[in-house]
Amino acid sequence: MIVDVNVSLSRWPLRRLPCDETPRLVAKLKEHGVTQAWAGSFDGLLHRDIAGVNARLAEECRRDGEGILIPFGSINPMLPDWTEDLRRCHEDWHMPGIRLHPNYHGYELKDPVFSEVLALAEQRGLIVQLVARMDDVRVQHPLLRVPDVDLRPLGELVAGRTKLRVVLLNGSGALRGEQRKRVGALPNVWMDIATLEGLGGVGSLLEDVPLAQVVFGSHCPLFNFESALLKMQESELSAQQSAAIFHENARRLLGR
Amino acid sequence: MTLPKCELTRREALGRIGATATAALVANNWVKMSQAADARPKAMIWDAHGHLGGARSPEESIARSLRYADRMGIDRVVVSMGMSFVYDPSPEELRRQNDEVLRAVRFAPDRVFGFVYVNPKHVKASLDEIDRCVRDGPMVGVKLWVAMRCNEANLDPIVRHAVELKAPILQHTYLKITGNLPGESTPADLVELARRHPDASFLCAHTGADWERGIRWIRGVKNVWADVCGSDPTAGMVEMAVRELGAERVVYGSDFPGRSFASQLAKVTSANLPETARRLILGENLRRLLLPILTAKGIRA
Ligand SMILES: [Zn+2]
Repeated sequence: MIVDVNVSLSRWPLRRLPCDETPRLVAKLKEHGVTQAWAGSFDGLLHRDIAGVNARLAEECRRDGEGILIPFGSINPMLPDWTEDLRRCHEDWHMPGIRLHPNYHGYELKDPVFSEVLALAEQRGLIVQLVARMDDVRVQHPLLRVPDVDLRPLGELVAGRTKLRVVLLNGSGALRGEQRKRVGALPNVWMDIATLEGLGGVGSLLEDVPLAQVVFGSHCPLFNFESALLKMQESELSAQQSAAIFHENARRLLGR
Repeated sequence: MTLPKCELTRREALGRIGATATAALVANNWVKMSQAADARPKAMIWDAHGHLGGARSPEESIARSLRYADRMGIDRVVVSMGMSFVYDPSPEELRRQNDEVLRAVRFAPDRVFGFVYVNPKHVKASLDEIDRCVRDGPMVGVKLWVAMRCNEANLDPIVRHAVELKAPILQHTYLKITGNLPGESTPADLVELARRHPDASFLCAHTGADWERGIRWIRGVKNVWADVCGSDPTAGMVEMAVRELGAERVVYGSDFPGRSFASQLAKVTSANLPETARRLILGENLRRLLLPILTAKGIRA
């Protein structure tokens, strides 16, 4: 049983990927024992008709998801009337959460609008997936250079929001040392393992972040799904640790 | 294969994985499946690109890396450079770093291949190090990093000496949109060098990392192999490399311990390839590259 909290539908803007068609992605996930995958959309990075992106995402998860895909709509708070997108994600499509790409949408965590998104998500009980990066800044397309999200203000912003749940995607590799420990000390922030590097990366992450806050995320289809899976084999994890990361933590987080 | 003294046997290591992994992992994991007694014979996995570090000694570093290698079914690893990364090493620093690699090789001679680290800014010292570590020592290849771009003439005597000793050359390459270091080579630089030395074998480390361009740079130059290590596990990399270069010119490497075996192996294990191609990439191509020098040195492989 595996819950993958980090997959994306539709097309990566810069390249065709082996699993960028939803049926193929679902087949790949199921082949490896994934029983639930939290899906955003690559369209959410650059499209301005975010309402259309989210409607397609909801429909595609329903139609092609074979019961394992759960949609997380994109919210771009730099667009006019973004709160209506948030309302639709929650009320019309019954999504359990939203996905944010501050670096693609042109704001920083310290900007007041990010706090507004957090406040509204907390009110509505929506999980916030905050994506720290999509690809390596060193090898990006010259016309699509997108810096990593500066995560330093995160602690201050989530502290005190006791009902808020933030899942940091692709952030565990970029955060190092003290910074990673500080994020780990926030009880309402979870981290996935997709961008972890270094031998025994999951084991080292557990030295900085409590087990209950680590979740399995693959960043598939941009990354090979097997990368995250093999990381779980590389680190020497107890059965309890494996189960917590593979599915228990994410299930508890989702509350279903 | 004899195992170094401190290691678990592979069977013990896998037994432990079996005891702790989830059913899904055991049932679906490619590396694990390939180890099962009744499944296909296990693919030989040789890792073309690794380093030392993150430990108090070379022995401790390589022991730790080999423990993870056991968990991932990796048989042998190439190691180069010492416990600290130095961009532009002096002759003394080169000797110190190569001594550390020699200690790692001595620790597990059946599993660790040493590549001698040289600096083209110090040609004489580099040739001496090649003699000390390869001609007269156990190392089997040459490693060049970021001290000087590899299209420079200073590289020529180093490459000629490597050819005399049948030693393949592992050259770091990167194509950084954020800007390369002053002495950091691109695949284009390596192609210049490789064209001057058609009898030498070059591993293009990282395939430039921006692999869609890196693969194209090296496509027409047959004595350059793509080492797929040290970049994000982006889907489609190995498929493109095989399509454009042929499976015979693609080599698995990780850049451990800074990268995980897992993320880099996944590039190969997840690729939609015939099993024969996968085996070439995981180990057989590197073995073929090293066989002349291994044979000359009487190293069993
Ligand atoms: Zn390296």
